[in-house]
Amino acid sequence: MEPTPTPLLDPKVPNGPIADMWENHKFSMNLVNPSNKRKFEVIVVGTGLAGASAAATLGELGYRVKSFTFHDSPRRAHSIAAQGGINGAKNYPNDGDSVHRLFYDTVKGGDYRSREANVHRLAEVSVNIIDQATAQGVPFARDYGGLLDNRSFGGAQVSRTFYARGQTGQQLLLGAYSALMRQVAAGSVELHNRSELLDVVVKDGRACGIVTRDLLSGEITPHSAHAVVLATGGYGNVYFLSTNAMMCNVTAAWRAHRRGALFANPCYTQIHPTCIPASDDFQSKLTLMSESLRNDGRIWVPSASDEGRLPGDIPEAERDYYLERKYPAFGNLVPRDVASRNAKTVVDAGHGVGPLLNGVYLDFAAAIERDGHDAIAARYGNLFDMYQRITGETPYSTPMRIYPASHYTMGGLWVDYHLMTNVPGLYAIGEANFSDHGANRLGASALMQGLADGYFVLPYTIGDDLADLLGDPVVPTNDPVFTSAVAGIEDETGRWLSTDGTRSVDHFHRELGRMVWDNIGMARNERGLRQVLSDIPALREEFCRDVRVLGSANTLNQSLEKVGRVADFFDLAELMARDALEREESCGGHFREEHQTTEGEARRDDENFSHVAAWEWNGPDIAQTRHIEELTFDNVALSQRSYK
Amino acid sequence: MNDTISVTIKVWRQENPDAPGRFETHPQEITTDASFLEMLDLLNEQLNDRGEEPIVFESDCREGICGTCGLMINGRAHGPQKATATCQLHMREFEDGDEIVIEPFRAAGFPVIRDLAVDRSPLDHIIESGGFISVGSGAAPDANLTPVAREAAEKAFDAAACIGCGACVAACPNSAAQLFTSAKVGHMALLPQGQPERWSRTEAMVEVMESYFGSCTNHGECHEACPKEISLDFIAYLNRDYVKAKVKNRALSGQR
Ligand SMILES: Cc1cc2nc3c(=O)[nH]c(=O)nc-3n(C[C@H](O)[C@H](O)[C@H](O)COP(=O)(O)OP(=O)(O)OC[C@H]3O[C@@H](n4cnc5c(N)ncnc54)[C@H](O)[C@@H]3O)c2cc1C
Ligand code: SF4
Ligand code: FES
Repeated sequence: MEPTPTPLLDPKVPNGPIADMWENHKFSMNLVNPSNKRKFEVIVVGTGLAGASAAATLGELGYRVKSFTFHDSPRRAHSIAAQGGINGAKNYPNDGDSVHRLFYDTVKGGDYRSREANVHRLAEVSVNIIDQATAQGVPFARDYGGLLDNRSFGGAQVSRTFYARGQTGQQLLLGAYSALMRQVAAGSVELHNRSELLDVVVKDGRACGIVTRDLLSGEITPHSAHAVVLATGGYGNVYFLSTNAMMCNVTAAWRAHRRGALFANPCYTQIHPTCIPASDDFQSKLTLMSESLRNDGRIWVPSASDEGRLPGDIPEAERDYYLERKYPAFGNLVPRDVASRNAKTVVDAGHGVGPLLNGVYLDFAAAIERDGHDAIAARYGNLFDMYQRITGETPYSTPMRIYPASHYTMGGLWVDYHLMTNVPGLYAIGEANFSDHGANRLGASALMQGLADGYFVLPYTIGDDLADLLGDPVVPTNDPVFTSAVAGIEDETGRWLSTDGTRSVDHFHRELGRMVWDNIGMARNERGLRQVLSDIPALREEFCRDVRVLGSANTLNQSLEKVGRVADFFDLAELMARDALEREESCGGHFREEHQTTEGEARRDDENFSHVAAWEWNGPDIAQTRHIEELTFDNVALSQRSYK
Repeated sequence: MNDTISVTIKVWRQENPDAPGRFETHPQEITTDASFLEMLDLLNEQLNDRGEEPIVFESDCREGICGTCGLMINGRAHGPQKATATCQLHMREFEDGDEIVIEPFRAAGFPVIRDLAVDRSPLDHIIESGGFISVGSGAAPDANLTPVAREAAEKAFDAAACIGCGACVAACPNSAAQLFTSAKVGHMALLPQGQPERWSRTEAMVEVMESYFGSCTNHGECHEACPKEISLDFIAYLNRDYVKAKVKNRALSGQR
């Protein structure tokens, strides 16, 4: 029997009109006075945009911060790889943008599955982020007058995206990293590189610390604090092949989940339409080609299935520009989920291109003819070079080949308006939380959300909670809650090393990824979900029995690092399937084949599913309980998305 | 084009920082479409299957932007292809029958941790000493208050593109970190936002740099190895600013 859902989650959204809500709320929150802030210790795990900005800001405010990352340097966090840009409702181009429009677009883009109050706040602080980053020396693109340039990105009808060549994430992260290093130098942030969180420690219902493994010495160490912030990124690597960096994983969020934090909307994953298709079986990751390419590139496939000719030999009349055909208003700029699903449809129907017939063309011939080679080179030169390096083909003369890949995960730890999980004292920010993007994230909004959370939201909201703890000491690390957590990790490590198996961790990850991609990828259906729900436990059983982790626990041991992460991916994959199965509707990135319009578009069921699904851990081998947070839309009218 | 080549991998193995290292030789068959690191992934899978410990090497983004990867390949930091990080190198750069020698980045400032992984934390310490603009969250004025000439912004970007991989140090006969340091100093010195701390930043960063790394004698090997092609002009710029900084900082402290 499925446990019955209970409406248990209180998002703690303040009362009052949305436009003034955050301003008013900031005034009504408790403050910690400046000299008391140093009495509080805060752990921030992760040094991506969210974690670095939060740790730096908390340090500036005077909190005693401990910052953790498994990288050798905070600057290497996955955020560094973001290419396209960051949204900000500055309306510099005077084209009708506003906080309200960004709010509206984000709620609509998320297919009405996000919490209005959080999204509005995000849109409000978006403007501060641009100011902050510029002041830090982030070299955003500028026009000839020396002012900041904007472009339209991923389906937006206004130009609100700020960018730094094709390296916006890098430059924003280096800004946040420099702010963090400034606090490290000032002594307010203690930095722990090459330290991986392996457990979250909870005492009497409140988060009181974490347990980490030093990746060089293998030492397992407890750390206590008054509050714990997880800024540990998304779980896109559950698919094995994704655009995420190799080390991205769900372990921190998952271990928090196992300690009581609810995991929300795990089935909301974003598949990015413009990635380079896989070229062989042992491919390690996929490379994103920036979405901005869709501004000038035209997407097509041969009209005939099993076309044998080279692209240049296929006459116009025998090409199907399927996005332009089906969506005349938005054409190649339809949102990511729509673009991805349509690519899958044409490839599945036998129109795929490239040696493995696993791609569609993104063609710049028309743009080059219109704007000239040099203009296109100036816009996309570095992306074209990157493509050429990987594929050996040049997009100046041969259309690019692209195919969707796992890219971003909207699901994550459930948080309230304060970005606190349901476990008091435990916060989740950035991609790690279930976030402001509903069932689908707009391009250039993840960088915005990470920095909004870290620079401008969490530093306020955390004080409201900490103020009540003034004078309370942290839980000492020799408390049984810590010692038993440490012992648990040591046990687990020993168990993996003594599993006398035959196959590598990567082998199992690849197999799991294939299952997840095939059944919980761009399109899902009941049969596939039920199938995968029986396949995953079978594969996990084999994994636990037959995985081979060589070496020892007290050195740098990359197989040992990976095995725990893959074990968590197994659990997560199962929850994703259950979440996808229970959500009997299509919305955003979650497309259930049973729920589509006659035109093949996602059909929501607002009556029954206008809610967040948040899952509660009940122990190993016991199914999680599904809780719901009802979503209400007072400021945006629900409509069926249409990009025709 | 999908060809398979046979190569001989000679790879550095070293148990821990204090252990003596040695080369290990493995034949490898690989398609030329594979990336260099995928070739190593495959080798590691084979080693693991045979019950031998996989080779430790680091990487993350595999897109040439995070700076985590970095190997000496046939004696060259990041290998034979110009402007290319190790993770972006593909096997089509090699020929059937090649011997490929793989070592960790070799530099006094970068001790070997294990096999091909090295400790590059001194680069963080250089940044910590001044590679920032002191602006607390919330203290920033409107972004368009200060126009920045496009050329200046572009030039600053050329420097800011550094990925902190340390190839410049590994390539330098003196293990100097001038290119890395000059990239950060140059990035900030070229922008109006970087002016207030320009002189103190320069002096502090150079001093920390010198405490870890050798001196620059203008070989230019760093630029050749740099995956982001950071220009040697930034080193000249750094040197000029450092001399000025010495004078100005003394003058400023005299005023106090
Ligand atoms: C190729 C690519 C391009 C993108 N382009 C854009 C774009 O143009 N615009 C946009 O808005 N978004 C973009 N995104 C999305 C965006 O980059 C990410 O969503 C965002 O950067 C996530 O930031 P974060 O701070 O939440 O997490 P991350 O940057 O992923 O950082 C996670 C941090 O947590 C640490 N960590 C994780 N687990 C542990 C653990 N167990 N112990 C210790 N440390 C841990 C890691 O070391 C890391 O420091 C892109 C994503 C990809 C993959
Ligand atoms: S200057 Fe070049 S070689 Fe040196 S760390 Fe930066 S990117 Fe790497
Ligand atoms: S792995 Fe990121 S630069 Fe090579």
